[in-house]
Amino acid sequence: MADLPPPVQGPTAKEKKYDRQLRLWGATGQMALEDSHMLLINSGPGVVGIETLKNLVLPGMGNFTIQDSAIVSEADLGVNFFLEEEYIGGFRAEHTCNLLKELNPDVQGNFITEPIDSWLTQPDSLKPFTLILAIAPIRPELLARLSAHANATLIPLFYVHCVGFYSHFSVHLPSAYPIVDTHPDSETTADIRMLKPWPELLQFAKEKTSNMDTMEADDHGHIPYIAILLHHLEEWKKGHDGKVPQTYQEKTEFKTTISKAARTNNPEGGEENYDEAVAAALKSLKEPEPSSSVKEIFKVPECVLVNKESPSFWVIAHAIGLFYTKYGVLPVPGAVPDMKARSADYIQLQNVYKSKARKDVMEVLESVRFLERTTGRETVIEEKDVEQFCKNAAHIKLVRGRPFHVVQAGETIKWGERAKSIAQNLTFPDTLIPLYIAFLAFDEFVATHDKDRLSGAPKMPGETRQETDTEKVTGIAFKITDDLIKEAGTFIEEPDYTAVKERIGEFVQELVRAGGAELHNIASLTGGIVSQEIIKAITEQYIPVDNTCLFDGVKSKTEVIRI
Amino acid sequence: MANANISSVPIGSEGPRARWKYLDNILGRSGPFTDPDWVPGETVIESLERAKLLVIGAGGLGCEILKNLALSGFKDIHVIDMDTIDVSNLNRQFLFRHADVGKYKAEVAAKFVEKRVKGVKITPYCGKIQDKDEEYYKQFAMIVCGLDSIEARRWINATLVGMVDENDEDSLKPLIDGGTEGFKGQARVILPTMTSCIECQLDMHAPRAAVPLCTLASIPRQPQHCIEWAHIIAWDEERKDITLDTDDPEHITWLFQKALKRAQEFNIEGVTYSMTQGVVKNIIPAIASTNAIVAASCCNEAFKIATSTNPFLGVPDTENYMMYTGDEGVYTYTFQHLRQPDCPVCGDDSRARPLQVNPNSTLQEFLDGLAERPEAQLKKPSIRSEEKSLYYQSPASLEEQTRPNLSKKLNELLENGEEVVISDPAFPTQFKYQLTFKE
Repeated sequence: MADLPPPVQGPTAKEKKYDRQLRLWGATGQMALEDSHMLLINSGPGVVGIETLKNLVLPGMGNFTIQDSAIVSEADLGVNFFLEEEYIGGFRAEHTCNLLKELNPDVQGNFITEPIDSWLTQPDSLKPFTLILAIAPIRPELLARLSAHANATLIPLFYVHCVGFYSHFSVHLPSAYPIVDTHPDSETTADIRMLKPWPELLQFAKEKTSNMDTMEADDHGHIPYIAILLHHLEEWKKGHDGKVPQTYQEKTEFKTTISKAARTNNPEGGEENYDEAVAAALKSLKEPEPSSSVKEIFKVPECVLVNKESPSFWVIAHAIGLFYTKYGVLPVPGAVPDMKARSADYIQLQNVYKSKARKDVMEVLESVRFLERTTGRETVIEEKDVEQFCKNAAHIKLVRGRPFHVVQAGETIKWGERAKSIAQNLTFPDTLIPLYIAFLAFDEFVATHDKDRLSGAPKMPGETRQETDTEKVTGIAFKITDDLIKEAGTFIEEPDYTAVKERIGEFVQELVRAGGAELHNIASLTGGIVSQEIIKAITEQYIPVDNTCLFDGVKSKTEVIRI
Repeated sequence: MANANISSVPIGSEGPRARWKYLDNILGRSGPFTDPDWVPGETVIESLERAKLLVIGAGGLGCEILKNLALSGFKDIHVIDMDTIDVSNLNRQFLFRHADVGKYKAEVAAKFVEKRVKGVKITPYCGKIQDKDEEYYKQFAMIVCGLDSIEARRWINATLVGMVDENDEDSLKPLIDGGTEGFKGQARVILPTMTSCIECQLDMHAPRAAVPLCTLASIPRQPQHCIEWAHIIAWDEERKDITLDTDDPEHITWLFQKALKRAQEFNIEGVTYSMTQGVVKNIIPAIASTNAIVAASCCNEAFKIATSTNPFLGVPDTENYMMYTGDEGVYTYTFQHLRQPDCPVCGDDSRARPLQVNPNSTLQEFLDGLAERPEAQLKKPSIRSEEKSLYYQSPASLEEQTRPNLSKKLNELLENGEEVVISDPAFPTQFKYQLTFKE
């Protein structure tokens, strides 16, 4: 083996500072973060957006812009950490921006104090941004404009409420949002292909088990369990018409056979490698079949009809789909779990898997190159992207992003294909769907109430009149609920119907109690969740929320629903 | 005190409460889940401002906790942390700047929050929680923990459980604890002796299985094995006069090069400087977002406990534990962790826990195993049976005297079914086990 490169100098200053996060999203994730430019459209008490930004400035998001025309008041100082007394009377956008910038000199911060209504109507005002975070309350026509922009430009749009002990956010992702690097749990990723061995792997097993019965104790105790499993599978096949164990009973019998083959005439009374083989026996008898969601990806139009403009994900997915059609399995990922074995044997085994993985990558790569040629694609897909995709092929994910509700004054809310399932779940006692409905009603109230005609700022329920506003918002929420049930073409029987209304009534009451106020804790917590989601959206790693998340700070619970 | 005449000021108006306009909506109004006997307004504000809180840890969680408590209206906060600021803290510990590297975390954090949030008093203590006694912990209404060490959690937990006096309501100090790893975390509330304690919940944080020494010594297979070999074996052999300092880049570089060389000998790929650092320092990935979620959840519970503005986690016979997972969508599991009747810290039942052992294993092997048992996790255990002292870590004379027992088999030292008492300097409690021999 060639000499490894000489030891490098220690980590760079940047690697030191970002060490704890680079261990999560790596250098490519960090690069994506540094290339991003987020727009925050701030509103209301304006804390949740700033808390979100804090968690993005710290890890080194490249650029952010805060749009906020509010003037700093004394009330801001009791809830927003990124303001100080001396800024009272100044622009909130300017001062929060400056204090956020202090957190990380690598980050560029900008602010816009022009009112949203006029700023947003300027052509190209949204052009620089790669992601938008809009905070409620916001006028429906403006939110609709942002939604249309997200649709047209495929940039992620987040919409957040944070009121009293409750919060909500929805995210509008592109309609085809695929992820390769989903970071699956390491326990679920081992794929050792015991039922689909290739010649080199069989050869390895044969070599390591050829004179098992006469081996020295120490040798016997170090046969890699993969070789043990394959050896016993071959033996089993000999006695069962070439078939591997099929029924549960046979599988258990197979497991017992291995367990009995372990030597027990030693001080430990057993062998670790055999324990490992027994533990892996049942799992290894499962066909290495991709999950239905992965197989689904091979069938979607974007994958089937690859063209010149297709994002590289679809070209590679198409090529892997061809591989799957041909062999009935995905490319071998190549990783081997650690196991009791001598160093040299283990490395040899590792190389058997690595070579096979390499071979599979080359085959997929060949299809990719073919597709590039036949579609006339202009940019060449990098080999390392194909390799990474093959490694994660069993865990790729496709999210179908979609617009969220924009509540327009006086218009009935449409639930479309989601109506039935949401109406059904509405009756579950622990669901937070009633809280979502309460937030929709909150938006309808905002859409129809102004603070005063001059400022044009929207008024939030409960700011001054707790009881009357509670009644109003409850009425709106009940109507939204009845419309939903109607659209779903279903019927909720008593006493469930009354129970649903009671729960909606309670959520509304608690929401209006806050009078549009943010509690710092809830803003900070929600800012934490939203910033995690923004990091996922920017790095295209991990699995994002699809597409709405609610937090109940009374019960300390979240729920994700697809709207 | 600045707020002594609060009662004369109407809530939400201009004046001293203008700053707390938003908070006062919640403090001054009842909601659907508040107790019918709860009276919103001045008395609630008073009890919030009177409550003296202790924050343990001024790191990733601690910075957030201090900010959150100050902006929740608490006025008197103490904070303990023994650490100084490192450059790798700056990606999330937002109260610290580059110029603060090397200073005490507790001091810098306290000063920063006091400056930002007018009217809050934050008293730092730069040292260990073990420096303080019951008298000290008694002064607080609640304790909020943002720690990265299980040992410290167990120590404060056992101390608070030990302080509970049935005849004195004030002796019961709610303990709110947060922890994170990557995109995951948890927040929990403990009412010592009333609800499940940290020790009852120890199995929620099972330690990672250690790699057997013989693998490191003779059959390494993974890059981590080579690093552990350099760390545990090579260092002691070649540099035993130098105390290993995992923060010293020269030391890490030495280990890295040793590990790399060994890996080359065995054709193992993948040893890097970063991995060396990660393995040797047992680095847990950490980001600002997750700290924000967990810290705010803890402070939300502290706020609800102090003000009764809504029900809190940890009310006996209700949910007391929130688990958060953010790497696959967002998922929280909020549940009631039940008290363990045989908990060595808060259990009423002082009987020994039954434990099956291999009679042929040595005392040393048995003690090593305790470090890995999820419910024990003891690193420096001393052990005695009903009859005799089996092994003591200190004093030195007793250690020397009992050391030969380490290589003896359990069946030479004990009868089948005998009880043993195990203690560890890290914990104020003892662990009792009844050892029965496996056939």
